[in-house]
Amino acid sequence: MLRFEHVCKRYPDAGDALIDVSFRLARGEMAFLTGRSGAGKSTLLKLIAMMEQCTRGNVMLDGKDITRIGERKIPYLRRNLGLIFQDYKLLNDRTVFDNVALPLIVSGYSHQDIARRVRAALDKVSLLGKEKKYPLSLSGGEQQRVGIARAIVNKPKMILADEPTGNLDPDLSAEVMHMFEQFMQVGVTVLIATHDVELIHRLGHRVLTLDNGRMLAN
Amino acid sequence: MKRQTHRKHTGQRLLEKLQAYLLNHAHGLFSSLGRLSRAPVTSGMTILVLAVAIALAGCFYIVVANIQQLTGNLQASNQMSLFLKEHINEAAGQKLADELAHHPRIENIKFIGKQQAMEEFKANSGFGEALNALESNPLPNVIQVLPKNVLDNREALDALMGEFKQMPQVDFVQVDMQWVERLQAIMRIAGRGVTLVGILLGFAVTFITGNTIRLELHNRQDEVFISKLVGATHAFIQRPFLYTGFWLGFIAGFSAWLIITIMLLIIETPVEKLSGLYNSSFQLLYLSFSEFILLLMMASGLAVLGSWAVLHYQLRQLKPQ
Repeated sequence: MLRFEHVCKRYPDAGDALIDVSFRLARGEMAFLTGRSGAGKSTLLKLIAMMEQCTRGNVMLDGKDITRIGERKIPYLRRNLGLIFQDYKLLNDRTVFDNVALPLIVSGYSHQDIARRVRAALDKVSLLGKEKKYPLSLSGGEQQRVGIARAIVNKPKMILADEPTGNLDPDLSAEVMHMFEQFMQVGVTVLIATHDVELIHRLGHRVLTLDNGRMLAN
Repeated sequence: MKRQTHRKHTGQRLLEKLQAYLLNHAHGLFSSLGRLSRAPVTSGMTILVLAVAIALAGCFYIVVANIQQLTGNLQASNQMSLFLKEHINEAAGQKLADELAHHPRIENIKFIGKQQAMEEFKANSGFGEALNALESNPLPNVIQVLPKNVLDNREALDALMGEFKQMPQVDFVQVDMQWVERLQAIMRIAGRGVTLVGILLGFAVTFITGNTIRLELHNRQDEVFISKLVGATHAFIQRPFLYTGFWLGFIAGFSAWLIITIMLLIIETPVEKLSGLYNSSFQLLYLSFSEFILLLMMASGLAVLGSWAVLHYQLRQLKPQ
């Protein structure tokens, strides 16, 4: 599903962020990406989400070379990805329903399809009945679940999560991780960047560790 | 059988896609209007600035159009008046006129004796009584000459004028309606001025809208970033902004029309009074319906153009973090 081949990323002013990183993720695999702050976790996720382009090496996503992908093709490829952020990145002037519906509207789904899929996604994160609420009236855990619903509503092939439990207490974190495991079980590839070491060990999935831009354990 | 149902299915899907696309446009059209109305002061001020710029160009245009209608009715003709010297009496003048009637380059000729001229002047000028007080008639004998088909031939006309000037009986020669020609030349310059001012103010409308959209884009940066991250194309992201630009231009164009119309209404009475003093049936010209439609189209078109240019450039710069 995902393949990095000798990937280097150098920022003009901040130097090397990733040095010769190679790894593979199979379809339906779930993995954690760990490392200290500044080890290159965010850079690696940005390369997959096509927010940055690598300086050297190749990145393959779902059989497609996205290393030097054209600006015009990016939106269509991003629709195969579900992105989840530590700060949720919700639109606070729109309802929960509209937030979750955004990826579907963007992809041109019909009205009926949108309503059906949004409900299904909200059902999966146990937020059915809160469609008409605004994000700021929800708790942190609920907001993160809205973010997750938005990430899965488009039935993506891969989910990328950047510190999804960073702002949540241990119980909520466990709940969120349980959701990710459920997605994995239906064939979605999941990559989670986190430094919640305890959680990682408890769940026992594959761990990718970055240190100063190099990949250590794999 | 199976194939047929499949085909129907894709057809249906295509229809649904089209429906979703149109719905998206409709949503962009109305949500942008709603957004403008939720910030009435900011949008009101932008629209006012745009409207004043458009109204300025429109007013200049309609003023020139009105003067043009006035001068357009005046037929520029090359009719000349030959004023005869004082010592030439009416009989001699009439004789000269008869001679000139056979001139190959003259179409028509008319002799106006000083007595006849005096009577006409008394009748038309309103100085009747005062003129009676004059001891002698100060008016000269005049021969009115209409040259043959030399209206658009300046040189032939000048040659003819020169010929008349050489005559010993002629005091001086005047092309009667030359001032009309001069005025029309001035109006042509004014017409060109309207075009230039229009272009300049068109630029203003484009840039003002572009800048407004740029600010709006910065205010809604998060929305742009998030839309990009869930796979929105630039076309999708810029749609509501383009509609905002459209509304700004459209409403400003309509307001400009209102401004122009109100200004014309205000000056209509004094203009009618003035035209009455000249015994003229001058009708103040307002913007016609097609001009009104053109104004709306130009205003909204330029605004969309300005918005598009800014979005085209800025959306590539805005990268999600």
